[in-house]
Amino acid sequence: MRHTISLLVENRFGVLSRISGLFSGRGYNIESLSVGETIDPEISNMTIVTSGDDQIIEQITKQLNKLIDVIKVVDMTELDHVEREMVLIKVAPRQEDKAEVLRIAEIFRGRIVDSSQRTYTIEVTGDEKKIEALIELLRPMGIKEFVRTGKIAIAREGVKK
Amino acid sequence: MKMTGAEIFLECLKREGVKHVFGYPGGVILNIFDLLYDDKDIQLILTRHEQGAVHAADGYARSTGKPGVVLVTSGPGATNTVTGIATASMDSIPLVVFSGQVPTMLIGNDAFQEADIVGISRPCTKYNFLAKDTKDLSRIIREAFHIATTGRPGPVLIDLPKDVTASKADFVWPEVKIRSYNPTYEGNKWMITQAAHMIAKSKKALIIAGGGVILSGGSKELKELAEFTEIPVTMTLMGLGSFPGTHRLSLGMPGMHGTYYANKAIQESDLLIAIGMRFDDRVTGKIDAFAPNAKIIHIDIDPTSIRKNVRVDVPIVGDVKRVLTVLNKVLKEDIKEQWTEVRRAWLKQIDIWKHERPMTYTYSDEVIKPQFVVEKIYELTKGDAIISTEVGQNQMWAAQFYKFDKPRMWLTSGGLGTMGYGFPAAIGAQIAHPNKLVIDIAGDGSIQMNIQELATAVINKLPVKVAILNNHYLGMVRQWQELFFNERYSYTHLEVIPDFVKVAEAYGAVGLRATKPSEVEPVLKEGFKIKKTVFMDFICDWKEKVFPMVPAGAPIDHMLFEEKSEKAEKKLKAVK
Ligand SMILES: Cc1ncc(C[n+]2csc(CCOP(=O)(O)OP(=O)(O)O)c2C)c(N)n1
Repeated sequence: MRHTISLLVENRFGVLSRISGLFSGRGYNIESLSVGETIDPEISNMTIVTSGDDQIIEQITKQLNKLIDVIKVVDMTELDHVEREMVLIKVAPRQEDKAEVLRIAEIFRGRIVDSSQRTYTIEVTGDEKKIEALIELLRPMGIKEFVRTGKIAIAREGVKK
Repeated sequence: MKMTGAEIFLECLKREGVKHVFGYPGGVILNIFDLLYDDKDIQLILTRHEQGAVHAADGYARSTGKPGVVLVTSGPGATNTVTGIATASMDSIPLVVFSGQVPTMLIGNDAFQEADIVGISRPCTKYNFLAKDTKDLSRIIREAFHIATTGRPGPVLIDLPKDVTASKADFVWPEVKIRSYNPTYEGNKWMITQAAHMIAKSKKALIIAGGGVILSGGSKELKELAEFTEIPVTMTLMGLGSFPGTHRLSLGMPGMHGTYYANKAIQESDLLIAIGMRFDDRVTGKIDAFAPNAKIIHIDIDPTSIRKNVRVDVPIVGDVKRVLTVLNKVLKEDIKEQWTEVRRAWLKQIDIWKHERPMTYTYSDEVIKPQFVVEKIYELTKGDAIISTEVGQNQMWAAQFYKFDKPRMWLTSGGLGTMGYGFPAAIGAQIAHPNKLVIDIAGDGSIQMNIQELATAVINKLPVKVAILNNHYLGMVRQWQELFFNERYSYTHLEVIPDFVKVAEAYGAVGLRATKPSEVEPVLKEGFKIKKTVFMDFICDWKEKVFPMVPAGAPIDHMLFEEKSEKAEKKLKAVK
């Protein structure tokens, strides 16, 4: 099963390689990873999407906790939480599909962040399902490339699952 | 007061109580070596290879419980430490390794003798640092000693760029505060009570004690638990000495080359109490068939050890000594069982197994059996020597036939299985215990991996003894080839073996040799009497194999024994 794990880590030299090294060294897979600063500039947040059975996920969270630079590990999958991801999609539609591309972008609350004679670049945020649905709809229109940020997640206040 | 980085380094080591540093010099670390030249408090032991320095520091640490300290130069000096660091890491041994580094300005430029040792050592250290600024140096060193010696111990490396050792800063000595590092020492009381009730209910309980018992200093508490509740104890390779090997409740070592009765007891047990051990595959054999009838209580300071390999019914994270102290108290005060009654049948069964298949070998008076040498060493030292080993058959025979009654007398590379460990480790132990008898039980292959340390032993006048069980083969690998590869001895015959007596003499040590069983005892006696470094070359039966043996991946009660080869063949087929 897939799990979204959120980490608070010391914002220190080498911390990213300690975490990625843990995953590669022990054969766990990383589906996505995103890193950013938190309200405290000495602390970074990492969101890692990984998969495995219960025993593997238990090991992953324990192993992460054991790393000296890791302050806190939360398996978001066990909490009520909000997940978001952003994607930038560059489409090169045929003349007759252009209107359809714009319509789809609008339905998904996307923004056109760049356009040229032949291409549109669309920015969309949402949960994974939404992003995948968008990509599927645009695929026949001629996607040239897309770039995804990887997931970030935050717990909801006050409710327990 | 302003001090140079090198002065700060030395001051920190003194405050940490360091007396001995094992090392090897080179360009970028000279600022520190220059200060050590006339320092009165700290002695540098110059080894002949950086790997030797790390193993020596490791032997020092295992035999004393204090952290071992290493000092080497950048580039090749640093990379040569990796095997030693990985060895210590696998066995949770506290080390602080200082490596020189090129000046900070040059880092990343592929400068002369630059190696990214922080990157290289990351997966085999508990933690590592690059000291970038002299003003941080004392804090880093203090944190390094703290991390290495607390929680589950392990090696820590500090990379010291040359300019950091040369520049000046004020000396500070801040308290260690690492918000993200808080090992759990106290076990959960509710879990401990659960464990106590399970122990009371069980009929066929068995303790498996590992290296964690020794690291936490919990041998006394373990003995109390076993004696009080009448539970037999088996000790893993790393746990030998955590419980007296001569005790009536001792079952010796379990696993691949463990005793018949330990493995039988595991498979029949209804409750395993695993203490400071991590269910290595050499202990469990085929994991699905391991201890099929047992509930498992697992006590370990490292939460990742628990439920990594086997299912656990009662997990207790904490320091072994403290957890056992509480557990013993609960058992004595709250649960007043008639323990002798409860265990009578179980201990009787174990006694039957002990008689069915005792740990033995077939003695010969024509050719020296390696087990005989180990037995004689045990007899002559009355179990009171520090024993290190190399890796292979020599290591297993030492584990099987030397009985350890006290902790910290047994130095062996368990997790990594590093050939070349034993001799430098013995040197480190002898530095720490100048008046003790320290013996490396070696193979002719392994001893050649760090034989250059003869110079270190001789120069420091260390009376280390090396007993080489010389079989002219990489014996353990040859054994696997004989049993599992149709006797195709691919590259395991060593063909050219140096004359170890002459090698010893060439270095200024003493060399002795025994070629017949009758010579074994006289050679050992003479070797032990001489107050010098001694190599004792025992020309052994090269065909001898380590038994019992559980083939890799088989259940641990599917054991091969010393038998006429035909029978062994059949048995092997059945097991496969
Ligand atoms: C550094 C290293 N290389 C290879 C091995 C694989 N290995 C395990 S046992 C062994 C043979 C050891 O031979 P020897 O030292 O002569 O001991 P014996 O088994 O004959 O007692 C080898 C090559 C190892 N453990 N360590």
